[in-house]
Amino acid sequence: MGKTLYQKLVGSHTVAKLDADNVLLFADLHLMNEYTSPQAFAGLEERGLMTLMPGQNVSTVSHIIPTKPQAIRVIADGPSALQASNLKRNCDRHGIPLFDTNDVWQGIEHVIAPEHGMVRPGMVIICGDSHTTTYGALGALGFGIGTTEVEHVLATQTLVYRLAGNMRIRLDGEIPSGTTAKDIILMIISRISAQGARGYVVEYTGSALKGLSTEARFTLCNMTVEAGARGALIAPDDVTTQYILAKCPDIAENPAWLAQAREHWSTLHSDNDAVFDVEHSFDVSAVEPYVTWGTSPDQAIPISGRTPLVGDANVEDQANERARRYTMLAPDSAIDGVKIDHVFIGSCTNGRIEDLRAVIDVVGDRKVADGVRAMVVPGSGAVRAQAEQEGIADKLIAAGFEWRKPGCSMCLAMNDDVLAPGVRCASTTNRNFEGRQGRGAITHLMSPAMAAAAAVTGKITDFRKLLGSHE
Amino acid sequence: MNKNAIIEGVAVPLPIANLDTDQIMPKQFLRGIDKAGLAQGLFYDMRFDEQGKPRRDFALNKPEYAQATIILGGKNFGCGSSREHAVWGLQQAGIRAVVASSFAEIFYSNAMNNGLMLASVSEADMQRLFEAASSSASPLQLRIDVENLQVISSTGSAAFTLSDRHRSMFLHGLDMLGASLLHKPEIEAFAKRWYDTYPWLKNVAAVARNRLDRSSNT
Repeated sequence: MGKTLYQKLVGSHTVAKLDADNVLLFADLHLMNEYTSPQAFAGLEERGLMTLMPGQNVSTVSHIIPTKPQAIRVIADGPSALQASNLKRNCDRHGIPLFDTNDVWQGIEHVIAPEHGMVRPGMVIICGDSHTTTYGALGALGFGIGTTEVEHVLATQTLVYRLAGNMRIRLDGEIPSGTTAKDIILMIISRISAQGARGYVVEYTGSALKGLSTEARFTLCNMTVEAGARGALIAPDDVTTQYILAKCPDIAENPAWLAQAREHWSTLHSDNDAVFDVEHSFDVSAVEPYVTWGTSPDQAIPISGRTPLVGDANVEDQANERARRYTMLAPDSAIDGVKIDHVFIGSCTNGRIEDLRAVIDVVGDRKVADGVRAMVVPGSGAVRAQAEQEGIADKLIAAGFEWRKPGCSMCLAMNDDVLAPGVRCASTTNRNFEGRQGRGAITHLMSPAMAAAAAVTGKITDFRKLLGSHE
Repeated sequence: MNKNAIIEGVAVPLPIANLDTDQIMPKQFLRGIDKAGLAQGLFYDMRFDEQGKPRRDFALNKPEYAQATIILGGKNFGCGSSREHAVWGLQQAGIRAVVASSFAEIFYSNAMNNGLMLASVSEADMQRLFEAASSSASPLQLRIDVENLQVISSTGSAAFTLSDRHRSMFLHGLDMLGASLLHKPEIEAFAKRWYDTYPWLKNVAAVARNRLDRSSNT
């Protein structure tokens, strides 16, 4: 019987079978940040252990870092500053490469790892952050872990790993102009629910993938964790190869490696007779821009849609009722036209260069609406530099956006970018949980183009109407 | 008998689906470099109002649940962020087990690695437990039998599943890292074979860092 891509990746990285459900899984790359790693390093120190393979590990200061556009970034908050200095101390001591607070290449872990060629097809990648599923876009198995497991990976470069099930999601049809990967993933989560892929690694297949760039695929895989998935995968294709060769000069410029690598990548797909435990299939040709109305990423509707009706008092309705109370939206009301106060463009979901280009396409020569505060936080120093080079930064600033330094920022509001209670935010991030962007703040997840439209109109708006009025 | 084999105590109902780890342990409590002081952050925004006063309607603030050691949770309990602080906070607040119809994946591993018992029972059993908790005048007393994988109340018992590995980790307080370190020679042999075959995957982080350092210096 054939194997799924997931089974091939796990099989090739299995150091030892521990029991029927668990293997000792080798990790090619382990990423760390300042807030989920300190207790892991402390644990190693207590045991007198060092990192086994430092060159396969990397750290960045990303979650707590301030984004004010000043030359030297200073973390004013005492405990956060200690987390940053503690990470540097730990990395120095263990010989682990670090992207420190004032490094020009600093950024969000899931943005800097692929852009600097650290992510390659066929790898297993682990990180103390749930959005590690992002790397599936390049045919690498990525997944999030907790701090106890961070300690385990540092000491052994492996993880005690419980095998997941295989789910395939087919995406067919031509992606309509104006529909993005963000809309497709919000549609999928809304259909299969926030736990619809729990226990599974999802492999995306189908003709629609051809229409998605690598950066768009990052968005798709990044948010698959919001359906509860343990991983997301896309088999490498020509789009992947082009991306990798641009980011990995060591492979591109070494003919022997390149030939071997191409050979390896050509095996990274599910066999025709591979068996999936669960299959879903979606036609994307009618997917509109999506927006969340509630406090879970699965509470999402098309821009032309309405919030759910009140029905029987089952669990679903209790959750909907609770979410509606929090977001202050009545049942059966339109999402189009809901007034917003704040716009946040950034995060590991949508803080890449293509996202910023999409924003500029919508903004044109418009201005940020009166009374709206709009922030753009690039995902990394490289994205920021590229946007400045392309003139995107100047256009954003001219339109009234704040052009800030890279970091996770208002995706989880662990730095000083926090929303006040009751503030309603159009956000390109991945979670609309209660209090996520600040206690009592309300988050509507959407694509960069939709967030741009919200910024210039002051309300949730179908951005396609704005493009029409250009012409 | 093993001291971990039975967990007994008051069960507090929190029937909220998709209760995420941002709510279990909000961001402002994640700024430490150790595990201390997380009990005060547990369910912070749900427990306290904007003025920092306890919310009377929140179950854990009710006097009858002050000594609760077990949480009855909604489906997909612990979804969202990977923060292990959520598990540490629950334990520091005296919680020894959570019973729910399903748990999020990373949260589940985090809990097992710290000895917080998660009992995953059927939706129907969960409904019965919620009804028992809300219908009786005094708080529901639960007994979780880890040896026999049963959640037992005065109204009956519900079976839950647990992998053999997690069951023995829990019962015997096994040290996962200690066990894995015994595999170190195999791991090193694996790595050598792996990087002989796929040399472009070796030291990827160090290679990238060195390239960037060289380019900034020129």
